[in-house]
Amino acid sequence: MLILTCPCCGVTAEETEFHAGGEAHLKRFGPGSADAEYEAYMFNRKNPRGVHFERWRHVYGCGKWFLAARCTMALEVFGTYPAQTHEPPAEIVAKIKSKRPEWEGFA
Amino acid sequence: MSHRLPNGGRLIQRGTPRKFTFNGKPMSGFAGDTLAAALLANDQMLLGRSFKYHRPRGVVASGAEEPNALVELGTGDRFEPNQRATTTELFDGLTAASQNHWPSLNFDLLSLNSLVPQFLTAGFYYKTFIQPRAFWKHVYEPIIRRSAGLGKAPSDKARDPDRYEQIYAFCDVLVIGGGIAGLQAALSAAQSGVKVVLWEQTAHWGGRAPVDGVEIDGNPAEDWIKTTLQTLDSMPNVQIRTRCMGAGVYDHGYVLGYERITDHAPQLDAPRHRLWRMRAGKIITATGAIERPLSFAGNDVPGVMLASAMRDYLVNYAIAPGAQIVVVTNNDDAYRTAIAARKAGIGVAAVVDARAEANGALPAQARELGIRVLTGKGVRKVKGGKRVTGVELCRIESKGNAHSEVLDCDAIAMSGGWSPVVHLWSHCGGKLIWDESGHFFRPDPARAPLGADGAGFVLTCGAAHGDLVAVLAGAHAAGQSAGNATATPAPATDSLPEEAALEPVWIMPRAADYDLRMKMWLDFQNDVKVSDVQLAAREGYHSVEHTKRYTTLGMATDQGKLSNINGLAVLSDALGQPIPATGTTTFRPPYTPISLGAIAGEARGAAFQPLRKSPIHDWHDANGADWEPVGQWRRPYTYLRAGEKRDDAVNREVKNARENVALLDASTLGKILVSGPDAGRFLDMLYTNMMSSLKPGKCRYGLMCNENGFLMDDGVVARIDEQSFLVHTTSGGADRIHAWMEDWLQCEWWDWKVHTVNLTEQFAQVAVVGPKARQLLERLGGMGLSRETLPFMEWAEGKLGEFDARVFRISFSGELSFEIAVPASQGRAFWDKLMTEGADMGIMPYGTEALHILRAEKGFIMIGDETDGTVIPQDLGLNWAISKKKDDFLGKRGMEREAIVNPARWKLVGLETLDGSVLPHGALAVVPGLNANKQARTEGRVTSTYYSATLGRGIAMGLVERGPERMGEEITFAGKGDKRIKARIVDPVFYDKEGAKQNV
Amino acid sequence: MSDLAISALPGAEFEGFATVAEAGLQGMITLRGDLGAVAKALSDVTGCNVPATRKITQSGANAVAWMSPDEVLILCPHDAAPAMETRLREALAGAFATVATVSDARAVFTVTGPAWRDALAKLCPVDFSTLGAGDIRRTRAAQVAAAILVTGPDEVRLICFRSVAQYMFDILSSAASTGSEPALYP
Ligand SMILES: [Zn+2]
Repeated sequence: MLILTCPCCGVTAEETEFHAGGEAHLKRFGPGSADAEYEAYMFNRKNPRGVHFERWRHVYGCGKWFLAARCTMALEVFGTYPAQTHEPPAEIVAKIKSKRPEWEGFA
Repeated sequence: MSHRLPNGGRLIQRGTPRKFTFNGKPMSGFAGDTLAAALLANDQMLLGRSFKYHRPRGVVASGAEEPNALVELGTGDRFEPNQRATTTELFDGLTAASQNHWPSLNFDLLSLNSLVPQFLTAGFYYKTFIQPRAFWKHVYEPIIRRSAGLGKAPSDKARDPDRYEQIYAFCDVLVIGGGIAGLQAALSAAQSGVKVVLWEQTAHWGGRAPVDGVEIDGNPAEDWIKTTLQTLDSMPNVQIRTRCMGAGVYDHGYVLGYERITDHAPQLDAPRHRLWRMRAGKIITATGAIERPLSFAGNDVPGVMLASAMRDYLVNYAIAPGAQIVVVTNNDDAYRTAIAARKAGIGVAAVVDARAEANGALPAQARELGIRVLTGKGVRKVKGGKRVTGVELCRIESKGNAHSEVLDCDAIAMSGGWSPVVHLWSHCGGKLIWDESGHFFRPDPARAPLGADGAGFVLTCGAAHGDLVAVLAGAHAAGQSAGNATATPAPATDSLPEEAALEPVWIMPRAADYDLRMKMWLDFQNDVKVSDVQLAAREGYHSVEHTKRYTTLGMATDQGKLSNINGLAVLSDALGQPIPATGTTTFRPPYTPISLGAIAGEARGAAFQPLRKSPIHDWHDANGADWEPVGQWRRPYTYLRAGEKRDDAVNREVKNARENVALLDASTLGKILVSGPDAGRFLDMLYTNMMSSLKPGKCRYGLMCNENGFLMDDGVVARIDEQSFLVHTTSGGADRIHAWMEDWLQCEWWDWKVHTVNLTEQFAQVAVVGPKARQLLERLGGMGLSRETLPFMEWAEGKLGEFDARVFRISFSGELSFEIAVPASQGRAFWDKLMTEGADMGIMPYGTEALHILRAEKGFIMIGDETDGTVIPQDLGLNWAISKKKDDFLGKRGMEREAIVNPARWKLVGLETLDGSVLPHGALAVVPGLNANKQARTEGRVTSTYYSATLGRGIAMGLVERGPERMGEEITFAGKGDKRIKARIVDPVFYDKEGAKQNV
Repeated sequence: MSDLAISALPGAEFEGFATVAEAGLQGMITLRGDLGAVAKALSDVTGCNVPATRKITQSGANAVAWMSPDEVLILCPHDAAPAMETRLREALAGAFATVATVSDARAVFTVTGPAWRDALAKLCPVDFSTLGAGDIRRTRAAQVAAAILVTGPDEVRLICFRSVAQYMFDILSSAASTGSEPALYP
């Protein structure tokens, strides 16, 4: 069972205090978008073996959503950061690169 | 015969006798005994029957690894099967019984299974019970069920009377195992000041060291154990706990510990078990090692024991396993048992050593004591059935066709070497390496389980690490490393006599014939023999995991603690490959079985799950409420009067609401405040219709869809003021919709200025419904409620009598209706007041079933009945609630898809049976022919169906293919079996189509 | 209105190795907004400063607990809450802030006695050695949400939703029951 640190309230807590929300940094496609865009938004997920960015909500705590960079194989947590961003912060990207040189980077 | 020696026994208190029964027979032992020790003291060698062949079985081991000595403990509500006698501490009044025999332990008819050699070999079930099919039910199943299986389940009437609990704890270093390695590791870690917890699964500290004669700094280990414990006990940063087993290691340093608080003392008023949910920075497993049996014919006969176990019984409990023993070994360690036995005055017929020579210190000591040592020899077969009577020997390098010698004995000690307990290391991904000198798998420190920071979080020490001698130095290093300590005092030095190398012997004799191999047990608990694993290999089972499933090697409650390595070795030999190439099966938690009570913890009985109660719950309960679960809420389905049937009560409530005045406790309805400059804009995105145009003081019904365009919730929105709205959700939807709102606000539109506050429980909400509703409320006095002052679909705030009220003129029943919210603390008083004031008007409460009928008569949809997660608003004729003016709202893009705009979708209609009967719930409308999956073709289904007391007939709503275009058409619904019911498609509004009654 | 108003489990009390009691009616107001921007209004109306992250501030009968980066919970006497809500609204007029009385949405329990940590450790996945007087920790107790306010060395107040008051009282009582002392916290 994972432990995560909520960047919004600073609490480090076990997984049962959080709610997992799937892949992070999805781009919403609304009315007028092409079928392929809508499909990508709604259904296509990376599901990587390795570095992954995901959504978590501190549901039994401050109630805030945040994002986590995590290795789905080793379960190593590279970092957590507030949800109000379209891409992972530079320092987290740098940390992942140093720990996983083979990582292709955030796309 | 096994018996108690007149002296000795380091763990027993001879002055404190303990009485117990086994299979009804009174027996006695001493405080400090395990049940296994006490049974052996009473010469109870035969403890049970094996799983498949029902062979007689006795104690093999002395601890958690025991595969055979499984007994039923307790009776009635406290009955438990499959309890290990070796880990059960004796207490006064303990009742135990053997299991797996029929009709009795001594005479078991099913032991005939073992007379037919080919019966129940590897894969037997798969191969044998295929045809004829009919035999399954009447022949195979009953026979297999009687003969196989482990123990019997408690009675379904039994209710566990004990308490159980869980607890969360945190530490820097958790040390699991209280032998000398664990004690040293805890000490070395704690000296740096970090928080250390040490668990020991038994009631005693020190592990095997005192039994094996380990010396520490030249003194008996016992002295060092005592002082070390005192030191640990005095350190404020250390907590030590016995009877607490490390059950499993999980991600990020999470460990489950299983503490057995009252198993040894049931008279204590305390929880029976406590499950520790520990989060540790680092974990040190000092879990020791388990001795391996040797595979020779008849190695399962009662009286054949692990050499270390025999030594434990001798030293710890003063138990002589017999008058004359034989020790069979491939290593020096087992000589300790021969020496201990001889010193205790027990006859030692010989030590049978498979090695060509035995010249170490221990064999020398044995010879000095006059013990006969036979090298290059092995056991051909054990003589005896229900207990050992002797042993036939042969050359180790032979087929075992003839014996070289026969020795009389009544107990045999066997030792095939040791295997580190690597379970906890492995649970979370720690990898193993094959140790070429010790011939065992041990943890590979380079491939430890990884924690949240990407670093290894489990260390091992002592025998669990593969250090069978001189363990303190390694334990000290592990403790220092885990505790991040630098300059801590050097550890003491532990020493044992030098031992010569072990020589692996996986079957005995090495070239044994089939008739011997099929009597060599690998897995005692599952009755798996050397021949079974060899057969599996011949049949193509090359993966160890497949072989496990095919042969059942290493399954059931002991999970192969004794059989694992021996089984792997036999499989590897059959496959012609080295053991590391075969690998091990996966080690999974728990280490030994833990009670379901501990897993449930506090979640049982009334606390099984939270039960949510409205502020008026107690009134309902005292007034005939027939409760219905609505999520975690309990709501009255109806209120039963004395002698009244459910249906009659519901019909009474419906009629009363239409004719008089009735109350519904609507407190469970979701109420979410949405406030801020962008609140209207936000609600326009959330709802399919326009909300920003709503005027303060007004109410509007709205629909929420997910991004697929599927309907997910509905309800009335009331505009409070320019910047705030009160959103009503369904009872089940409050938390979900609140989370949905926060998700969009925090993760997508984070620059919008909107706050949400979930006010669901702040208010008690009461629907006052019926033609006399206004008349009743006006009796309370206060705010104006006339049609002109408060028209339909408006709301107002004020005083109703003494109560602080928000009154919403909304109706889910079609009647004149006021939904009144008061602070939850006033809810009960408000309800009481209404019931009193309305008494002479015939006021009644109504429950959820009447609520459903009233709304169905009006054709109002219900989320969860008319919707199932694949229904769009258009399916329900709610196109009017989908704004065409808005560029965007959640679900709009999803509604543009081909399948969604398909005109042939099933759409909402009313349904009237031709005979007036009530359609079955969920009934499908069938049409002749079969679909592509060869199932009956269907064209619709019933979504809501009730008896309408108002109309005196069955009414229903359903989704029917192109339904609204087929008004008046008759279609056929499937009932039970071949029954078919004709129904006519009608308008879904059955009552007061003009809406005259609600708008008065 | 106090004669009409009742708390969730009036008078409920359990004595074990810690004492569990329902605390009666408690005024509570949720204030959401930029905590820096609302600070003056908050202190004008309640006398309390904006608490630091996961802290509680106090002034007389009022206290303010940090709930999230944009939310605090004001605690005050139950019958004072409606007027305080109105004053806060007035003081915050024009600001992007939301005020709502939530007194009755919750139930409040006190857990008292030196071993309160040992009782709560059975229900909450929290390292209570890190909490002291003046701290608030939002977490779960068994299966429901809870906010734990440490009000003194030997007392905490636990706030949960009103609907689960009985569940909370039951699990707290069983966690604190005599004979089940885990001797976890010193
Ligand atoms: Zn948080």
